[in-house]
Amino acid sequence: MYKYDFVRQLDTKGGDRRQNVLHIDFTLLIILLVLCMTGLFVLYSASEQSLYYVKRQATFMMTGFTGMLIVAQFPVRFWERWAGLFYGSALLALIAVLFFGVEAKGATRWLNLGFARFQPSEIAKIAVPMMVSAYLSRRLIPPKLKHVAGALLIVGIPALLIIRQPDLGTSILVFTSGFFVLFLAGLRKRYLAGAFFATLAAAPLLWIYVMRDYQKQRVLTLLSPEDDKFGAGWNIIQSTTAIGSGGFSGKGWTEGTQSQLNFLPESHTDFIIAVMAEEFGLLGVIGLCSIYLLLVGYCMIIAINAQSQFARLMAGSISLTFFIYMFVNMSMVSGLLPVVGVPLPLVSYGGSAIVTLFFGFGILMAISSEPKRIGTWR
Amino acid sequence: MMRDIAISDRQQEQRIFSTRVVLSLCIVLGLTSVVLYRYFDLQINRHLDYVTNSNKNRIHIRSVAPTRGLIFDRRGQLLADNRPAFTLNIIPDRTQNTDSLIAQLGLLLSISNKDVARFEKRAKRSKGFAPVPLKYNLTEEERAILAVNSHLLAGTEVSAQLMRFYPQRELLTHTLGYVGRINDREIRTIDPENYRGTDFIGKIGLEKYYEETLLGKVGTEQVETDARGRVMRVLGKKDPVSGSNLTIHIDSQLQRVALDALKNERGALVAIDVKTGGILSMVSTLSYDPNLFTSGISQKQYDGLLKSPDRPLFNRALRGQYPPGSTVKPLFGLIGLQHKVFDLDYSINDPGYFFMEGIKRPWRDHNADQGGHGQGVDLAEAIIESCDVFFYTTGVKAGIDLLSKESALFGLGDITGIDLPGEKRGIMPSRDWKKENRRQDWFNGDTINMSIGQGFMLTTPLQLAVMSARIAARGKTVVPKLLKSINGEEIAPEYAPDQIEYDDRYWDYIHKAMIDVVHSDRGTARGISKGLNYKLAGKTGTAQVISIHEKEKYDSSKIDKRKWDHALFVAFAPADNPKVALGLIVENGEHGSRTAAPIARKVIDRYLSDYLQKRPNNDALKLAKYSSASIEDN
Repeated sequence: MYKYDFVRQLDTKGGDRRQNVLHIDFTLLIILLVLCMTGLFVLYSASEQSLYYVKRQATFMMTGFTGMLIVAQFPVRFWERWAGLFYGSALLALIAVLFFGVEAKGATRWLNLGFARFQPSEIAKIAVPMMVSAYLSRRLIPPKLKHVAGALLIVGIPALLIIRQPDLGTSILVFTSGFFVLFLAGLRKRYLAGAFFATLAAAPLLWIYVMRDYQKQRVLTLLSPEDDKFGAGWNIIQSTTAIGSGGFSGKGWTEGTQSQLNFLPESHTDFIIAVMAEEFGLLGVIGLCSIYLLLVGYCMIIAINAQSQFARLMAGSISLTFFIYMFVNMSMVSGLLPVVGVPLPLVSYGGSAIVTLFFGFGILMAISSEPKRIGTWR
Repeated sequence: MMRDIAISDRQQEQRIFSTRVVLSLCIVLGLTSVVLYRYFDLQINRHLDYVTNSNKNRIHIRSVAPTRGLIFDRRGQLLADNRPAFTLNIIPDRTQNTDSLIAQLGLLLSISNKDVARFEKRAKRSKGFAPVPLKYNLTEEERAILAVNSHLLAGTEVSAQLMRFYPQRELLTHTLGYVGRINDREIRTIDPENYRGTDFIGKIGLEKYYEETLLGKVGTEQVETDARGRVMRVLGKKDPVSGSNLTIHIDSQLQRVALDALKNERGALVAIDVKTGGILSMVSTLSYDPNLFTSGISQKQYDGLLKSPDRPLFNRALRGQYPPGSTVKPLFGLIGLQHKVFDLDYSINDPGYFFMEGIKRPWRDHNADQGGHGQGVDLAEAIIESCDVFFYTTGVKAGIDLLSKESALFGLGDITGIDLPGEKRGIMPSRDWKKENRRQDWFNGDTINMSIGQGFMLTTPLQLAVMSARIAARGKTVVPKLLKSINGEEIAPEYAPDQIEYDDRYWDYIHKAMIDVVHSDRGTARGISKGLNYKLAGKTGTAQVISIHEKEKYDSSKIDKRKWDHALFVAFAPADNPKVALGLIVENGEHGSRTAAPIARKVIDRYLSDYLQKRPNNDALKLAKYSSASIEDN
């Protein structure tokens, strides 16, 4: 035990020693920096070349980076131990939203704390996979049916609370992030198949009882955007036009007519990928995707190398959820999925999403910079 | 033991997790491929479609209306002008709901149901990106309100365009006509390409007749707009070609004199330049302000014009058909002489009535007291004193066929060919005409009625003017024309193909007789001869509106004024070298000599005062001053 530590210390002189003192994963840090810079660069063009949004976004990012580095300094065990408390407060906050929430654009998603407003559903994005990971890491694997049920309960309660706001998109993402933990924990294939068919069976019920008219409208719009050219279909028509007209190499930075002439709605938030695709073409899209895949891949490696089951599950879930954000956003903007309010991670303008994402990366960084343990050590 | 289990669990955990991570990575790559394929499909396979869509979004072809040609009178006085006006448009493509937008606009400025109805009609046939006008002639205040609220009014735009304006107002309405908004009927007959960008078209008068010349060629502008329809920049343009400027023969000062002279009457006057056929003045009273029609006349105003018993919308000069009465006597006399129906020595005895063989009913001489004009009435005397019996007698001798055929040469019974739309033909009756229209044979009685310009015969004031111009020009068949020059290029005068070759002796004789109508002591128009410093040739006429039984005497005091006889006068001057010829009618004016002739004199005085070096008489001078003052008033 001592021997191994000694050997490890011999192996990792110099820079790596600092990594042990300050828990920083420079590879992850650099990938994130590149992604953020790319995001700011596109944001400048997407926000009608105003520095206002760029400056604010940069501030959010710096806050996020700082938060990430702070989170990274806590040992992984800390999160494992306090997962229940964290999850519990997230649930309380979600319940509080039901009673004291602030309404905006027809949905009640915010809590006003007096000094700041925040979205409890953002906390749930971290708290739910954390709680499920903590729950399953203490159980036998592959999880037994009752544990699966327990995990689903952990996931289901906040997901339902978020649906009530209503915020179907976030609810699905929260549910997905929890489900990823189950999947990574080795959920049996028959359960997977069961979940698959259950989803199919639930879809009509979801359509009839859960989904609001505007949500149904979005699904219908996806199928035939031309039906309501100036209403619900407008966004998707304009975004596909922006993407398609970008072609292979794009119209050039700040030269996209769809975005610069305001045909493209929400160009600096949810639809920013269309700006990217219009101005930098397929090349830009492939480039951005590469950065994302690099990030997801690297996070997966962190997950595989993680030292505990909790860390593994947590890291895997965070990285897969991150990928799902990107996938859902790029699909909805290009007309593959209905428009649900999912921003493009680290590129779309928006403070709370960035802070949440960096919180997740902070935990990943904590996991990756944990002292390596070998074999049966405990 | 416990440790082993822990170890095996740990390894199993790791193994299962790794398998799942690999599986996840496969799914990640699979989903990424799907997304990337979607982008590939949009950006590469369907790139050109989307480029087209994107360009359709932002690049619009806007029509640039050409400037409509201006119209000037012979003195260079501006008669039809263009003035800037502002219009509120809606671009249907840029609004989600035009109804609610219009309702919103209705809160800011007054929008009538008529505006909305017109907008909806036009929106139906417009392409969605093209602006559709909602409200015209925005005031400065309305424009300010719209500008302040523009951020709430996506899809609206205020455009400036030139609107027709007639600075002389009612002076020349019937001649100039006016432009108005293109209506449903017109839209089917015009080339829509060339009217893109303009809402106006010549409705009547010169504006209609010379529509193509005045319109010009539409230009285009390729503009880039943002999502709200605001023009960001102009990418390319093809300039419009302005319409041609027209100068017309009309002398607006003379026109003013004529209009003022007829101001309180219903009537019409046409003055022609004898040499060229140029229309110097053309009046139809009552007149009205054409500007009412360009800016959209209210229903109430329109009904007022339409239902007025004075029928101001009716162009009497061009479309009014009246019996010419005695004004045709010089012409019929001339035809009789030329065709040897009688000679210069021929005279008759006028007992005051005329009997036709086999017909009991006598034809009265309207212009003689009991006993008639007496013995030895020759053609000159018959013209000077307007003896009916002479023309009854010679008319029957000449016969309908000769009179009908020869009168046509003088412009009667057919359109004159003036450059105005809607001219009426009048009626120069003939045997065929009667058969066709009345399904009856021609009787000598018809000839007798016609020989004093009554019966079936109808002429327009324009035709009367043309007839006197052709008599004045000794058979030169001038065709009346308004257009003098296009863009400064003079238009050659036009002559009818059939020239009239009559013996000079007969021209001289008829001219002399017509001079004596005014200048001799017994002439019917002797009342206007006082102070004349040139020779004026003329002929009075009276046209019956209702028929009076042969034994009754016409007594105006017993008849409603609307049924009084029409007063007519034809004239030309100076008689020795005619410059101007004129035809004139005053509805219910009773006597050509008392009502019509003095008006003719005023107009000719005014016209000739510019030509004759001698001091113009006081009357004309006074009128000239009055007319210029009233022009300035406008």
